[in-house]
Amino acid sequence: MSNTAAPEKKERKRSSFWQELSVPALAVLTGLILGGIVILVSGENPIRAYGALFTGSFGSPARFIDGFQAYFSTGETRLLLRAFYPFTESLVTATPYIFAGLSVAIGFRCGLFNIGAEGQFFIGALCCAFVGYSISGLPMVIHLPLAILGGALGGAIWGMVPGYLKARFGAHEVVNTIMMNWIAFKLSDWLLNGPMKASGFRPVTPNVMATAELPRFFPDPLRFNLGFFIALLVAYLVYWFLFKTTLGFEIRSVGANPDAAKYAGMNIVRNFVLVMVLSGGLAGLAGTAQVLGVDHWVGQGFSAGYGFDAIAIALLGKSHPAGVVMAALLFGFLRSGATNMQSIARIPIDIISIIQGMVIIFIAAPAIIRWFYRIRAVKSDETVLTRGWGS
Amino acid sequence: MTNSTLEISSAAEKRRRISFGITLIVVGLVIYLLFGLNTVPGTMTTFGLNLLGSQAMEVPDLVVPALPAIYFMAAIAVFVGAYQLARGVRSNGLLIGILAFTFVFAFLMWAAQDKSFNLTGMLQSSLVRATPIALAALCGVISERSAVINIGIEGIMLMSALVAVVTATVSGNLYVGLVSAILMGGLVSAFHAFLVIRFKVDQIISGVAINIFGAGATSFISSRFMAHATDTLNNSGTFPIIAIPGLSKIPILGPVLFENNLIVYLTIILVIIMHIMLFYTPWGLRTRAVGEHPKAADTLGVNVYLTRYVNVTLGGMIAGLGGAYFTIGSVGRFDEILTAGKGFIGLAAMIFGNWNPIGAYTSSLIFGFADSLQVKLQILRVPIPSEFLLMAPYIVTMIILTGVVGRAIPPAADGQPYEK
Repeated sequence: MSNTAAPEKKERKRSSFWQELSVPALAVLTGLILGGIVILVSGENPIRAYGALFTGSFGSPARFIDGFQAYFSTGETRLLLRAFYPFTESLVTATPYIFAGLSVAIGFRCGLFNIGAEGQFFIGALCCAFVGYSISGLPMVIHLPLAILGGALGGAIWGMVPGYLKARFGAHEVVNTIMMNWIAFKLSDWLLNGPMKASGFRPVTPNVMATAELPRFFPDPLRFNLGFFIALLVAYLVYWFLFKTTLGFEIRSVGANPDAAKYAGMNIVRNFVLVMVLSGGLAGLAGTAQVLGVDHWVGQGFSAGYGFDAIAIALLGKSHPAGVVMAALLFGFLRSGATNMQSIARIPIDIISIIQGMVIIFIAAPAIIRWFYRIRAVKSDETVLTRGWGS
Repeated sequence: MTNSTLEISSAAEKRRRISFGITLIVVGLVIYLLFGLNTVPGTMTTFGLNLLGSQAMEVPDLVVPALPAIYFMAAIAVFVGAYQLARGVRSNGLLIGILAFTFVFAFLMWAAQDKSFNLTGMLQSSLVRATPIALAALCGVISERSAVINIGIEGIMLMSALVAVVTATVSGNLYVGLVSAILMGGLVSAFHAFLVIRFKVDQIISGVAINIFGAGATSFISSRFMAHATDTLNNSGTFPIIAIPGLSKIPILGPVLFENNLIVYLTIILVIIMHIMLFYTPWGLRTRAVGEHPKAADTLGVNVYLTRYVNVTLGGMIAGLGGAYFTIGSVGRFDEILTAGKGFIGLAAMIFGNWNPIGAYTSSLIFGFADSLQVKLQILRVPIPSEFLLMAPYIVTMIILTGVVGRAIPPAADGQPYEK
């Protein structure tokens, strides 16, 4: 990560952007190649599979042509909307990833490893759904922000617990956030089968009120909504907070060197709690974006994999908000395309997790990528992210 | 125990004494208010001491009048708490033991009033459920004693579990499955060691990547290949119960300890071997030196990197055995994410056990107990939603990690890469 305090020379600055980008890009490329080998070994054609992945994430050119022809000749938009559907769906998928990636990234900046984005996501989703369906009669300008706030608060509380335990007792946040995940799953099982269950057989919450839904920009099959732009705005806010405010500087200092930060009079305990609250809140917003923007209700297994995806995204984005947005877009396109790949090429969607695991290893071990592709070392590659079990 | 000023060395020690005493008294009151007032007077709680189908001699069941027994438990807790405040008890372990014992038994009396509760059966299932947790904890102990954190145990166990069931089913031999699971665990761990030692990858990140990869790869394989070929790939059967002649005849102890399957026995043997290896052999001394002060060990001619490679790989093999437990040791087939966080709970057991094999095994037994209690209570239809009971092991883990119940000190160099 680029938070090493050493002053860089000016001449390096220009090329450093591309150097920073080269390792993540090659890591993803290598991950995809190895994933292709896995597909090949499992008896499918990787080119066909990745073709399905591509059309599933961007849309197929043929459909675009058909869509535009139909639109210009008859003014009929149905085909055009269908052509744009995969692309917008990828952006929709990327939206919670942006929030979740920011959640893990802000933790990394303070030297905290939040594996609990998954549980915070779920609890955030449940809270915003509760605010969304239980209150009625409010105008949208009040109800929607209230629901969003509820989701953020839910996640923040779920993140605060491990943050406090870390700050007060030095209990390692990695294990605690994972435990909080399991507790969240069990709690949601109970809520969805009991107090929050909608009438009917399935263990799901009622639909949120129309006044709590994030507005969509296009007619129905397209689910592209305001959440995407809120995510971009929040990414900018996180950037501003981390790099332009005193508190953000403190957080980064604690992350870079806790001993020095302590010596400089910074309150490490407060920073740990604050960062875990923010991190949890961002993960809660990820769940909120999914509920209010896409599904409008919460069911079991709702959070499936977001927490681990978020780690990959934060690492890939080098814990920088701009990088996180790019990485989240990439994962949005991959995940959304993988659904198509599963139905066309019968490749289980878990292939993405395999690729993800490899990408994380390559990002964490830039030496492998550099050795493989003969790239020069970048100084910012080497940073210790986590420190043993102690505080 | 005297309460001389020399013994109470610091204010922190005094605070600990007072807080423990108050906690015990509060627990006594909670027992009275929560269980005592909600128990119907005159009801009996029956604790079954015989296990159906076991070889042990039959003994009569233990029948206890519920209400007096609950009051008795409350009284013990309050009394010990008061004694602790007045005089102070040195041993933390004893206090925690009394606290847990009184609370759990009062809870059981209340939960099983007017019903029968098989105590022997629960102790037996505690030991069985503790086994994978203990194996994960032992994996943690052996690699962290050489200062390498392996948080990828969960992923390693998943992959080993899958390999075990597939190889056992294909070869028709459970031992083939066992050996391949162990080898698989060793292989993945060796890769982890390679990444963190050779490439100095952040140890936690590498572990997390192994977990993601393990979960993805096993889900991929099981849904792509095994879902439609259950009989040919995913149906291995399990290791039979081996009753140790003679010993299994002992009532209560016999069915709990001496009627288990191979993996449970292996775990107990492993704990003893590892304890001896770590503390009474040159290898153990070198390992601990590498974990505490690698530079000093290096100066004295210990090969730091080699020690770490060997330990992490051995640890992986133990985790592989733990993975085998999930399939060929218990259910005979693989389901997605069947480890359910046991690898991480094992890490908590390792911390609570202070990085000692025996301590780790003891704390695994506590988790095993919490786990099997939760199952038994569902059967008893306790008026608590089962989801809350299912949270118990995770909450216990978090409480233990706070260090309130005894602070654990990791090996000094734990988690740090070593550079010559």
